[in-house]
Amino acid sequence: MIKVENLVRTFGDFTAVDDVSFEVAKGEIFAFLGPNGAGKTTTIKMLTTLLKPSSGRIALDGLDPTVVPNEVRRRFGIVFQDPSLDDQLTALENMELHGMLYSVPRKLRHERTEMLLKLFDLWERRDSLVKEFSGGMKRRLEIARGFLHTPKILFLDEPTLGLDPQSRNQLWTHVRNLNKEEQVTVFLTTHYMDEAERVAGRIAIIDHGRIVAQGTPDELKAQTATDSLEAAYLALTGSTIRDEKADAAAQMRVIANMWRKR
Amino acid sequence: MNAIYILWLRELKRYSRSKAQVLASLGQPLLYLLVLGFGLSPVFQKAGNGSYLQFVAPGVIGMTVLFSSVFSGIGLLWDRQFGFLKETLVAPVPRTMVMIGKTLGGATVATIQGTLVMIVCLVAGFRPVNWLELPLAFLFMILTAIVFAGLGMAIGSMLKDMQGFQLIMNFLVMPIFFLSGALFPLAGLPAVLSFVTRIDPLTYGIDGLRGALIHAGQFEVLLNLGVLGGVAVLFLALGGYMFSKIQL
Repeated sequence: MIKVENLVRTFGDFTAVDDVSFEVAKGEIFAFLGPNGAGKTTTIKMLTTLLKPSSGRIALDGLDPTVVPNEVRRRFGIVFQDPSLDDQLTALENMELHGMLYSVPRKLRHERTEMLLKLFDLWERRDSLVKEFSGGMKRRLEIARGFLHTPKILFLDEPTLGLDPQSRNQLWTHVRNLNKEEQVTVFLTTHYMDEAERVAGRIAIIDHGRIVAQGTPDELKAQTATDSLEAAYLALTGSTIRDEKADAAAQMRVIANMWRKR
Repeated sequence: MNAIYILWLRELKRYSRSKAQVLASLGQPLLYLLVLGFGLSPVFQKAGNGSYLQFVAPGVIGMTVLFSSVFSGIGLLWDRQFGFLKETLVAPVPRTMVMIGKTLGGATVATIQGTLVMIVCLVAGFRPVNWLELPLAFLFMILTAIVFAGLGMAIGSMLKDMQGFQLIMNFLVMPIFFLSGALFPLAGLPAVLSFVTRIDPLTYGIDGLRGALIHAGQFEVLLNLGVLGGVAVLFLALGGYMFSKIQL
C-alpha cells in the first residue's frame, strides 16, 4: 500500500531524510519511531503531498504523490502532529468543513460527526469556538476530524501527544477497529513505546534521517537482545537528547500570542 | 463546488466574528474621507473641480476594497502559521478550487467592507448623481475585489513570515493605492505619472466607480470593465499557480 524507495530530502546542506526505504502492506499497522528531529514528520509530509522529495520514489496505492497528487489525496487521511484546526470556527463547523472537503455525503457526515464528537467527549461543546478549547480538547477534535471519512491509508503523526489516558485508549481502540473492519492501512509515529508495541504490527526506527532498524516488535527486541521495545529503541538510537530547532512557524505563534494578549 | 462553497463560507464566518477587525479596518478610510474630503474641499473648489468630498468618496471606497481584498489573500500567512493551511492542502480537492473558494470569500468580504464605507460616505454627505447606476458601482467593486484578492493569494502563497508583509505593504499595496487616482484627477498629469496610473489596475476600478457614482470617469465604462476582467483572470491564474506550488 505504501512503497518508499531511496527517499531523500535535503534542506540546504542539512539532510533531513537520508536514503529511506520501506514498505507497508495493505491492512498493516506500521509504526515509524525516532527521536525528535529524526525525519519522521518530513517523511510524512512527502508521503502526503505536502513536500516534494529531493530524490527517491514514493508510491501510495501504486500512485506517485508528485505526479498525481489529487489521486493520492483521495486515498489517505491524516492527523497532524501540530494544530491544523480553524480556531475561529466551532467544533461542529470544523467537522462540517472537513466533511465537505472530503465529499462525505450529508447524512453520513452528520451521523459520523455526532458519533465521533460523542466518542471524544466534545458533543456538549460542539457549538463553542475552538479558540475557547483547552489543548487536550483541541487535540481530541483533531483526531475526531481525522476519522470523519474512511480513507485507505491513515497517517497519525504523534496523535496521542497531549491526550489523557481515556482519550488515548479511545483513539487506539478506534484505530484498531478501523484497521480490522475496514482494512485501513495505518502509518503512525509516536514517542510512547508501549503504544507502538501494543498497536503496531511492524516498526521502523529512524535516526538522523536514516532507518536504523525495521521489523516486528519481537524481531527488534531479539536483534538488540533486550526485553522491551523501549530498551530496544534506546539501544538503537542512544540516550542523548535531541533538540529541534525552533522553526519560523513556532516563532510566529509566539509573536501572535503576544499580540493577542494585548 | 462544495469545497469552493464551504471555504467561501469560512471566510464570511471569520469576518462576521471579528467585529473589532471590521471597525478597525473602517478607521483609515474614514480618516481619508473626512480629513481630506473636508480639508481639501476649499482648494479643490477654487480650482473649479467642485466638491472634493464628492470626488474622493469613490476613491476611498476603492481603497477599502483594495486593502480588504489584498489582506484576505495575505490571511493565508495566518492559515500557514496556525496550521489550518495543511488541512486544506491535503484535502482531495484540486488546489485551484481551494484557492478560488478562499479568493471569492475574500472578495465578498472586501465588497461588504466597501459597501459599509459607501454607507458612511452617504452619511457624510456624499450623493451619487444617479441612484439607478448603483448596481454598476457594485459591479466595479466586485471586480476590483476579485482582482486584488487574486493578487493577495499569489502574494500570500509566497510569504512565509511577517517580515515580508511590511515589504508588500510599502512597496506594492500603498503604491497601488496612491497611483490609482483615488485622491487626484487623472486628467492633466505629468507624462510619467500619467503612464504609471494607467498600468495600475486599481485606476480602472476607481475610475469605473467614479463614472457610475458621480459621472466623472476618465475612461469608457467598457474599457474599465475589460481591463478589470482581464486582470482578474490573470491574477486568479497567477494566484492559483502560486497556491498549487505551496510546500510546507
